[in-house]
Amino acid sequence: MASNTDRATRDMAWLARRLRIDDWIYPTATIVAFVVLWDVSVRIFNVKTVVLPSPGQVYDSLIADWGELAPHMLFTIYEIVAGFALSVVIGIGLAIAIVTWRPIEKSIYPILVGSQVIPKIALAPLFVIWFGFGIEPKILIAFLIAFFPVVISTVVGLRSLEIEKLYLARSMGASELQMFFKIKLPNAMPNVFAGLKLSITAAVIGAIVGEYIGADRGIGRVLLEANGDMETELLFAGIVLLSITGVILFLIIDGLERVMIRWHVSQRLREQPMP
Amino acid sequence: MTEPFLSIDGVSKTYSTRQGEIFAVDDVSLDIPEHGFVSLLGPSGCGKSTLLLMCAGLVSRTAGAITIADTVIERPYTDLGIVFQDSNLLDWRRVIDNLLIQAEIRGLDKSAIRERGLELLDMVGLAGYEHRYPYELSGGMRQRVSICRALVHNPPLLLMDEPFGALDALTRDQLNLDLQDIWLDSQKTVLFVTHSITEAVFLSDTVIVMTPQPGRVGAVVEIDLPRPREFAIRETSEFGTYTKQIRGLFEQWGVLRDRGRVTDRTTIREMD
Repeated sequence: MASNTDRATRDMAWLARRLRIDDWIYPTATIVAFVVLWDVSVRIFNVKTVVLPSPGQVYDSLIADWGELAPHMLFTIYEIVAGFALSVVIGIGLAIAIVTWRPIEKSIYPILVGSQVIPKIALAPLFVIWFGFGIEPKILIAFLIAFFPVVISTVVGLRSLEIEKLYLARSMGASELQMFFKIKLPNAMPNVFAGLKLSITAAVIGAIVGEYIGADRGIGRVLLEANGDMETELLFAGIVLLSITGVILFLIIDGLERVMIRWHVSQRLREQPMP
Repeated sequence: MTEPFLSIDGVSKTYSTRQGEIFAVDDVSLDIPEHGFVSLLGPSGCGKSTLLLMCAGLVSRTAGAITIADTVIERPYTDLGIVFQDSNLLDWRRVIDNLLIQAEIRGLDKSAIRERGLELLDMVGLAGYEHRYPYELSGGMRQRVSICRALVHNPPLLLMDEPFGALDALTRDQLNLDLQDIWLDSQKTVLFVTHSITEAVFLSDTVIVMTPQPGRVGAVVEIDLPRPREFAIRETSEFGTYTKQIRGLFEQWGVLRDRGRVTDRTTIREMD
């Protein structure tokens, strides 16, 4: 009997480690505390719903309007993912071109870096003129904001190869293609992932801004409408939904990173916390 | 005398700086016989690593010629294995995959290389570690894997650039002994760069003692000690004679200053 209890304790401990309970129990507790504080404050100070609805009201709105919110959210997710996918493909492609061909590096790279002082959001109205109120300008804005971190970090990653690794590959008679796929690209992956994480969050911003400028669908449109109708609880419901989406998208990239570059020092620190 | 396997003939390397031409390696000539174990011994910055990289065709030379097995070195030479000071393992590959890259890039038979790789790992005491990642190994283990990688495709020539320089003294001793076994067993030609007098004498048939900046061949010391050599040989008077002779050269060149010379240095400081 005692051994059974021991075993159960051990299994529980194993499960806790496996689920990384430590990793999410603290942030979850913080969120819960925040929501409670929010709720209590709204009640004590008798805040008007139109200024700050209580968590319960936001939840009610989320449930009541779910049928309306969900399709808009899906549409926005589609814009985000499309913009992000474009960023990855074009961003990595451009980075490879920059590190491979000197003329491209010299002609494009400085302009690319310099162009980052332009607030890209300012270009959004222009895209509406060119592409109308459909999905294209939203994807384009998401892409425009999201692709820069991919390019920069991939370029940095591809360039930060120790000379000894280059020597090693040459001494084996590696071709340029082998050098790229077997040495340079895997060596660059930690940097690429750093870029992807920045990029996915930027894509969310891009899609919403695109919708703010002009849209007939999407969660950004819902937010604007709720704002106009003074339905603050719906506004909050949309924000909550959008936040959850952003976190999930980020976690997907984060999970991919854990699987793909578990050899990298950034991943090992998670497994061996400092004493 | 038989034809040398590796021949370095009047090789120089200069770098242009604002102060003018700087000689890293100045007019070095030496021959390495097949199956020989030759060390390049010298202080930091004497160009011994540069010389090794020039032999591999990885660094260009300013003057002179290098020939390996009748091939004049004009581009990276591939019929060799190189061990670097840092183990230089590919962090994203498991131990066995770090060895298999030799097969992948050279287009060799993977299963044969895997089999030989496992044998080599076993020989250096790393049996069972083939599926580990480099970060899971100690510095000494990583350097052993690096040696296996340099040998797995069975090249006739092994170039080693201060391979044990970053290791602790005990690990270094053990790897010296292991390397001797591997060398006796495989009969490779080895060019070994080091700044340790003891290590050079212990391992080599011939020690090339290099002068500090610019690197020239200061002396060629033939080590006539029986093999296989054991740790205890380092306490014998014959061994001591060799190390003393080489240390004497470094003192003469001002690389090492013994206590007797401390006064000289003080005088120089006072003059400043």
